[in-house]
Amino acid sequence: MTQLQAPESPPTAGGRPAGTVLRRLAGLPPRAYLALGVMLLFLVAGLLGPLLLPFDAARTSPIDRLLPPGSVLSDGTVALLGTDQVGQDLLSEVLAGMRTSLTVALVTVLVGGTAGLLLGLVAGYFGGWADGIISRLGDIQLAFPSLLLAILLAGVLGPSMVNVIIALAVTRWVIFARVVRGSAVAVRDREFVDSARVMGASHGRVLLHYILPSCLPPLLVAATVQVGLTMVAEASLSFLGLGAPASQASWGSTIAEGRDYLASAWWIAAAPGAALALVVVSIGILGDLLRDASDPMTEL
Amino acid sequence: MTNQAAPHLLAVEDLAVEFDTPQGPQRAVRGVSFEVGECETLAIVGESGSGKSVTAQTVMGLIPLRARVAGGRVVLEGRDVVGLSDREWRKLRGERIAMIFQDPLSALNPSLTVGYQIAEMFRRHRGMGRKDARRRAAELMDQVGIPDAARRLDDHPHRFSGGMRQRVMIAMALALDPLLLIADEPTTALDVTVQAQILRLLRERQRTDRLGMILISHDLGVVARAADRVAVMYAGRIVETGTVAEVYERPAHPYTLGLMRAVPTSRDGGAPLEAIEGQPPSLTDPPTGCSFHPRCPFARDVCRESDPEPRVLGPRRASACHFTEEVIANARER
Amino acid sequence: MPASAEPLLELTDLVTGYRLRSGIGRRGGEVRAVAGVSLTVRAGETVGLVGESGCGKSTIARTIVGLVRPSSGTVRFEGRDLAALSGKEMRRLRQEIQLVFQDPYASLNPRMTVAALIKEAWRIHPGLVPRERWDDEVRALLDRVGLRPEHAGRYPHQFSGGQRQRISIARALAVRPRLIVCDEAVSALDVSVRAQILNLLQDLQRDLGVAYLFISHDLGVVRHLCDQVAVMYLGKIVEIGSKESVYRDPSHPYTQALLSAAPSLDDWRGGERGEIVLTGDVPSPLDPPSGCRFRTRCWRAQERCRDEEPALVDRDTGHPVACHFPEPIPTAAGTGRLVKE
Repeated sequence: MTQLQAPESPPTAGGRPAGTVLRRLAGLPPRAYLALGVMLLFLVAGLLGPLLLPFDAARTSPIDRLLPPGSVLSDGTVALLGTDQVGQDLLSEVLAGMRTSLTVALVTVLVGGTAGLLLGLVAGYFGGWADGIISRLGDIQLAFPSLLLAILLAGVLGPSMVNVIIALAVTRWVIFARVVRGSAVAVRDREFVDSARVMGASHGRVLLHYILPSCLPPLLVAATVQVGLTMVAEASLSFLGLGAPASQASWGSTIAEGRDYLASAWWIAAAPGAALALVVVSIGILGDLLRDASDPMTEL
Repeated sequence: MTNQAAPHLLAVEDLAVEFDTPQGPQRAVRGVSFEVGECETLAIVGESGSGKSVTAQTVMGLIPLRARVAGGRVVLEGRDVVGLSDREWRKLRGERIAMIFQDPLSALNPSLTVGYQIAEMFRRHRGMGRKDARRRAAELMDQVGIPDAARRLDDHPHRFSGGMRQRVMIAMALALDPLLLIADEPTTALDVTVQAQILRLLRERQRTDRLGMILISHDLGVVARAADRVAVMYAGRIVETGTVAEVYERPAHPYTLGLMRAVPTSRDGGAPLEAIEGQPPSLTDPPTGCSFHPRCPFARDVCRESDPEPRVLGPRRASACHFTEEVIANARER
Repeated sequence: MPASAEPLLELTDLVTGYRLRSGIGRRGGEVRAVAGVSLTVRAGETVGLVGESGCGKSTIARTIVGLVRPSSGTVRFEGRDLAALSGKEMRRLRQEIQLVFQDPYASLNPRMTVAALIKEAWRIHPGLVPRERWDDEVRALLDRVGLRPEHAGRYPHQFSGGQRQRISIARALAVRPRLIVCDEAVSALDVSVRAQILNLLQDLQRDLGVAYLFISHDLGVVRHLCDQVAVMYLGKIVEIGSKESVYRDPSHPYTQALLSAAPSLDDWRGGERGEIVLTGDVPSPLDPPSGCRFRTRCWRAQERCRDEEPALVDRDTGHPVACHFPEPIPTAAGTGRLVKE
């Protein structure tokens, strides 16, 4: 019989609950703007760059190899980031790599996220043997270091973009499923869910309108973070030669190429490396902020 | 039931407490004054948002985060304790003034035994040795009505029922013989029969230890049973004070009158209750003049313009209303 | 409101329990939250179910509305056994029985507007209200519960506790139920707001003829609102009868203790109040006392109480009491408090 205290202040004239998140995001600390700016830059660069500075893996130019940043190439253009060991413009290579990384990361998170969402909902809401199977499966999979698992799969399937996505998605779904399952379990016994059942709502309706909306915010946060981590994973695979095929640029493979020239032509590895680091850190900052914004109790 | 109150143990004068909120400063307590003497129980009654809990916390020096005392004094045994440092408060808490809360589970450490927690009061503040402290703890648990006290010293809080946990909290609060006990909704989370036990226990302890007590409650029945005097709070102010008999028999403020009428009694025969219209006011943007006027059946123009000061109606009896006489007459009619 | 003779809701020997899994350092076992309860609610009447925490009243509520399966016994609505209904029939039945929860801050979906919350009833039960009329109906319902049309587009967090309960009531009314179970529906509200909601419930009953099963620990509120009262202890009903009979001549010691313990506005008056203070705690429902469950705290307990469980029958007390030695203690006519013996 606890006397539930109403909040000290009477109800605010706020709008939709989602609106609260956006409003909180409106008053952001400086690092947020920095991160957003970086991300936007990279996004635009990744999308437009290859159009302006097309990268062709086949076109090599031995005369221009290993030139430092700012050099003028044989065809008169300036290589802002230098050239690699086969004479290609590093900048165009990095831009193309951006596109690869982004595509792989986004599709992976989409596929893995959807699978994780569905499985997490089933496990969390229905519990019982479904939960038992799904959770144990997830536990078993997590017992393997995800990168090794990805290597195994990629090695078996062979190098191609699609296979990279499959390999990475398989290693990611567990994380999403866990996050969703946690939310589902927390929500399914809440009184407002009971209220829906008493009204006669079917499981489908309850899942769609009651459980799912509560699971989405943490899922989005996890997805944001995973985009960055997946980029690193993809780069790692490509670095090992198991990722994108040679015809496609990838930061990982570029870094791999630059490994042999660290002392002489350090920019080959440094440029994609720095780009990767910047993007992942920015995504990380944004993910943190998104998580803090969805929790009304924390200070941004 | 009323006792002669000698020099007051506690006197609160014009206390004001503000919260910092995104919507601006929220004045939760706006000029509250009362006093408590030895061996008497003052009840502070109010609904959610009245400021009663914040007042209690401020008196104990436990000002919530984002809040600060914006004015007034809290005089404990002749000394103003507003703004005291933590160190100085530690000397006072437990020894001179103690507090019990609504939820004993959150006030007790779940990983330590009850005996340890009570004994610690004696070890730390009285320098007792382990054995002596333990013995005192068992005595204390016995005094508050916990059966089989010696054995239960070694139980953890979760092994006690709600009522027993509350007794443990009372034991801890009274361990060092404080002069004043603040009870913030001590029985709200308890079953009715257990509530009766606890109220009776508090009464007994007050008699034996000559405790002064402040009882914070929203329950008018509990106040009627357990208190000598009552102060009714609304929107951060005290709107009426007096002995329980005076205030309950003949309320002198429209809000008090409204509250009394809103409680179902055996006499009303199931007829619709006289509910107070509307809702409690916003504390960031309170109504002009008297904060109760939008809901008050006696309100007139002057109520909108000027906030009434407490009008003295007798010794330690006051009501902050422009039309007190009308209210009293109205109450008498029924 | 005159009640018809035919019972609307009938509980017969209802038992609802749940298993506790045995774990490390923990015994398993079955907790019978409801241990054999029989109760009747007629159309248009209000039956109060009073008891303290752990007596099983909330479990009864959840069983009636189908959130929990009974272990044995029957729940009949208009003569039909709930357990015998198919899924589709059960869904149809949901239109007849609704529930208002205790916590106004937890019982409404925070992501749905008031209008959506009310319309959901008609989405789930198509055919109740034609779609063209949905908006009008929402407005009508809001008006009936004392809210304004512009509230329809707002979200629960924008309302106070009392307003949220009104929304819950409006939502329950949307399916035009014949019975509404109120599970501590006003317990979490401030005194002044509580009075508003109680008045609302009475008005609705008068206007719509809806019956209530009103569950509460607050004796004063139950007396105000209810026609019939049942007192529960540890999963069983110990006393049941009309409000007048039970409150005027409480015969079961537990009822007497409850009435004695319940604080009332008149408590400041000295004199005639008889005070019964129970000792000890409520026994664990895992292992209830043999015979009469109340005997461990009863001042009248004798040997027979340990050996034989008293049946809930009329023992010359005017209404059924489950006690071997019932003894009515009169309550003062004016204040309703027990008279000192």
